[in-house]
Amino acid sequence: MIQLRGRVIFRGKARGQALVSTAPIGFLGGVDPATGVVVELGHPLQGQCVAGRVLVFPTGKGSTVGSYTLYRLARSGLAPAAILNVRSEAIVAVGAIISGIPMLDQVDVSRIASGDTVEVDGDTVTIGRSGTQEKHEDTKAQRHKEIT
Amino acid sequence: MQLTSEEHTMLDGRQGAAVQKAMQIVTALGEIYGAEHLVPVASAQVSGVSFKNLGDAGLEFLEGWAVQGARVRVPAYMNPTGMDLQRWREMGLSAEFAQKQQRVVAALQAMGVELTCTCTPYLVGHVPRTGEHLAWSESSAVSYANSVLGARSNREGGPSALAAAITGRTAAYGLHLDANRQPTHLVEVRCPLRSEADYGALGYRVGRQVGDGVPYLRLQGQDVRADLPCQEHLMALGAAMAASGAVALYHVEGVTLEAAAVATSVASGEAPTSEVVTTNAGLVVATSVAPGEEPTTQVVPANTPTIVVYDLSAAYAALDSPLDQIDFVSLGCPHSTLADIARAAELLRGKRVQVTLWITTSRDVRERAEREGLVAPIEAAGGHVFADTCLVVAPMEELGFKAMATNSAKAAFYAPSHSGLQCRFGTLEQCIAAALSGHWPGPPSEGSARL
Repeated sequence: MIQLRGRVIFRGKARGQALVSTAPIGFLGGVDPATGVVVELGHPLQGQCVAGRVLVFPTGKGSTVGSYTLYRLARSGLAPAAILNVRSEAIVAVGAIISGIPMLDQVDVSRIASGDTVEVDGDTVTIGRSGTQEKHEDTKAQRHKEIT
Repeated sequence: MQLTSEEHTMLDGRQGAAVQKAMQIVTALGEIYGAEHLVPVASAQVSGVSFKNLGDAGLEFLEGWAVQGARVRVPAYMNPTGMDLQRWREMGLSAEFAQKQQRVVAALQAMGVELTCTCTPYLVGHVPRTGEHLAWSESSAVSYANSVLGARSNREGGPSALAAAITGRTAAYGLHLDANRQPTHLVEVRCPLRSEADYGALGYRVGRQVGDGVPYLRLQGQDVRADLPCQEHLMALGAAMAASGAVALYHVEGVTLEAAAVATSVASGEAPTSEVVTTNAGLVVATSVAPGEEPTTQVVPANTPTIVVYDLSAAYAALDSPLDQIDFVSLGCPHSTLADIARAAELLRGKRVQVTLWITTSRDVRERAEREGLVAPIEAAGGHVFADTCLVVAPMEELGFKAMATNSAKAAFYAPSHSGLQCRFGTLEQCIAAALSGHWPGPPSEGSARL
């Protein structure tokens, strides 16, 4: 079990499987508000659904209207359980606040791999390994690939 | 970040959930951008009004916040909507769009946002004072308020401008602080600038290069005393820099307010006596002119990046496609001034347009134009003077136009990606000629060849 600290952008408590992106996410046009699936062509998460996941990515990008896309996802029950960023910017931060999505930044996201079970509570991020050892190795390998 | 006790009551919910949400937004942005405290804002200008951009999600959010009891506590001005609120049928828009758009406007009005529906509140009596802190969001309005009027605003998003209006505060970072109002780039403009289109093309060029920097422009191709940029020129310049880049503040030597403070400082003997002060250490410019404060002079270091603009042909080439046939002419981005409407009226008087012509402006300016008899000749010629909207925020893709002519570099920059329109870009006179004939006047390269 690993514990990380971050800076609180929107305080809350959440738990979910991590979905890690090495690339920034723009919600307007990047995530389908009707399904929660990443639709940006060529995005590392293209085809993956953000609903209920602890969504981990470096920072936001794109149109300021993207704040409202997060709100719409939340209204439809398709929002991420929590958001962890390296560096927060206004679009995603405002989106998280108006949607009530727990959010931290300044998190050492290199310690998190897709599939990890992540719990967010206030400024603390707890990473547990929920899968088998084999799956753990898989995610480690994937993480290595993403970093390199 | 230090909060006052009043600000704490907003953040901890003692002033209700709607205020709490607004204060959470304001303080979160302050934390993200390293603000030490909040500042009271004199006004807010709220973008994110067009249903085209908001969609159902934005509409639901605004209605929800209004129902929760959100109310502005400082004057707040509405950005253009997706349609003329009275004459949307004449624009060719669907009743479904109109109904959703009306709901957005109603939600904002319920919160107390004024029905200005313009990117130019400064043309309709809402002129910020020098040094005032603002939370404005439409990018050309922010640029004008900072650069020409010497007020202080970051480029807020729609929700953050509204949050600032609801709390009466914004976080003190970015352009609220003296240190961030210093020039980051010197721009030496060696070619003459003769029209709003030239200023727009220059803005496009500079914005692409400086990003979110603060350019200090020296217009060296002008006979400056005889040919200073007018209000419309500065509007076009600032709007284009804010679109192709993210410029929220610029200085024009001898023209804009904080640049003009150089002359004040020279006259009072605080700096060397030449009009343009260039030293080994760089250029001396004033950056702080808050009311009651002496202008403080800053030296731009010698290694400040300098951009020399010899001609505008590349900018014209990027904005202007070689189209002959035109089916839509749009003027008024930013919203037309009374003087622009008068120019168009003069060119159209007694004639007949062959293609759709929109002149977009604020309702207030439209009413003044009507009283002065400027709308009648335009509409008698078959043109439209629409209020409350513009082509950047109207759902143009519903209307089926293909080839647009405009005198706005900002509109020419956004229209291809945002509205699926190809563009001719030139002067107001060229655009009116295109409206009267359905063809772009002169050879395709005329705009650039002139220079």
